[in-house]
Amino acid sequence: MPTERLLMTGEDMRRVISRIAHEIVERNRGADGLVLVGLQRRGVPLAKWLASAIAAFEDVEVPVGALDTNLYRDDLTSRPQPTVRATTLPVDVDDKVVVLVDDVLYTGRTARAALNALMDLGRPTQVQLAVMVDRGHRELPIRADYVGKNVPTAAGEQVRVRVDDFDSVNEVVLVQDDLVAGEREVPS
Amino acid sequence: MTTRAPAETAPGTSVAPRRHVLDLDDFSAGEIHALLDSAEAMREVLGRSIKKVPSLRGKVVITLFLEPSTRTRVSFEQAGKMLSADVINIGGAGSAAEKGESLLNTALTLQAMHADLIVIRHPHSGAPYFLARNLTSTAVVNAGDGMHAHPTQALLDLMTMRRHLGSLEGAKVVIVGDVLHSRVARSNAFGLATSGASVVLCGPPTMMPLDLLHAGRTPSLPNVTVEPDLDAAIEGADVVMTLRLQSERQEAGMLPSLREYTRRWQVNEARMSLAKPGALLMHPGPMNEGVEIASSLAHGGLAQIEEQVTNGVALRMALLYQLLTGTEERP
Repeated sequence: MPTERLLMTGEDMRRVISRIAHEIVERNRGADGLVLVGLQRRGVPLAKWLASAIAAFEDVEVPVGALDTNLYRDDLTSRPQPTVRATTLPVDVDDKVVVLVDDVLYTGRTARAALNALMDLGRPTQVQLAVMVDRGHRELPIRADYVGKNVPTAAGEQVRVRVDDFDSVNEVVLVQDDLVAGEREVPS
Repeated sequence: MTTRAPAETAPGTSVAPRRHVLDLDDFSAGEIHALLDSAEAMREVLGRSIKKVPSLRGKVVITLFLEPSTRTRVSFEQAGKMLSADVINIGGAGSAAEKGESLLNTALTLQAMHADLIVIRHPHSGAPYFLARNLTSTAVVNAGDGMHAHPTQALLDLMTMRRHLGSLEGAKVVIVGDVLHSRVARSNAFGLATSGASVVLCGPPTMMPLDLLHAGRTPSLPNVTVEPDLDAAIEGADVVMTLRLQSERQEAGMLPSLREYTRRWQVNEARMSLAKPGALLMHPGPMNEGVEIASSLAHGGLAQIEEQVTNGVALRMALLYQLLTGTEERP
């Protein structure tokens, strides 16, 4: 039986969103020219959450887009087929600072696919990455600019970020399968 | 099919991946729904300035069209290219088929050239099934076989209808004309009935597909009925699809006269006014204006024709993506 350990409550997530929102604005010296782009699926509500946090203290409506990376994956023939979801960018990303938003940063392959997808859509001046959880085990030279929480994990474990829009609850849990916990396996 | 319906449409389904798409008679509602959702996502790629994604890089798609076609063939070619597959087109004229090479030998040759997928159009009903049985490593997509099936055309019709109506569930769709000889109408009937629409077939009794309605088919198509009177059939319809009348049908004795056909089964403005306000009028083309459709409607009422072309490419992208990516087993 898999067991779940609570890593972050909804309240913890709210504080993290608030902190990252401030970090984004601080680092970019304001919110003008910013575009928040959530990676399908759970990055999208997180990006909206960040945008409303920024609007609350900076009085700027940062445009929020959604990006589906599945058509750019490098493992399309080696794993079950992912469902392609909508890509919608509310504004042209040319000459903008794009902050990619995702729930979990793991191997870095999704971020790689997102960068390629984004480059086909325009030429941002800069691309930054914000994630709720960084769980390590990178397979590519990619790092996040804004991290909600660093969580050391074993490869057999899973980090699940639950968001209200899809899961009716905001929380982050670590799922350990008793049989595989602690074992090193190739991440899928 | 490859469509493992996503969890939100069909929880707990674990369907073996589909290798071929030959008709819609073996699709579930969940599969159709998932495919149309995927096609909606593909429409976004069509609107970009760089209309290409790398999903099918290194895959070879061959279109083998042994019957004339422009729209369907180009649509498949464009869909494959936008997903970065290499697309090779083979027609009847200029190929070894002209020298008398059999269909099987042509297909085996293409398979030996490591084609990942063959899109076939053939004048004989059942030809794609023959290929699917005999090819071991190449997927087959039916792009129209004789008077039997045209699943991708039907899927794009379903996509257009769903975009207009929001949902196919409970919609009333009237198909008027020579249903018997129309592969588009047959595949539409299966896809619509499976998706929960009610289908009314209307036309001369000599042109009704009795095989669809009897011969053991009735239980699988519970929502399909026949109503020979067009005024009665069209009453309250959400969608009216009128089919091309081929002139040779009259010579074959299936019609008393073109004039009578036009009087009883032409879709005109007065008849469309019996349908629901804003009902969708569709025609698979090419149209005989003044025969199955009044000229005034042919020019004004089919605003979705351009949308159909876009939907066709998006739908075929979704289909190629589903057939050519993913592994055999679920996690």
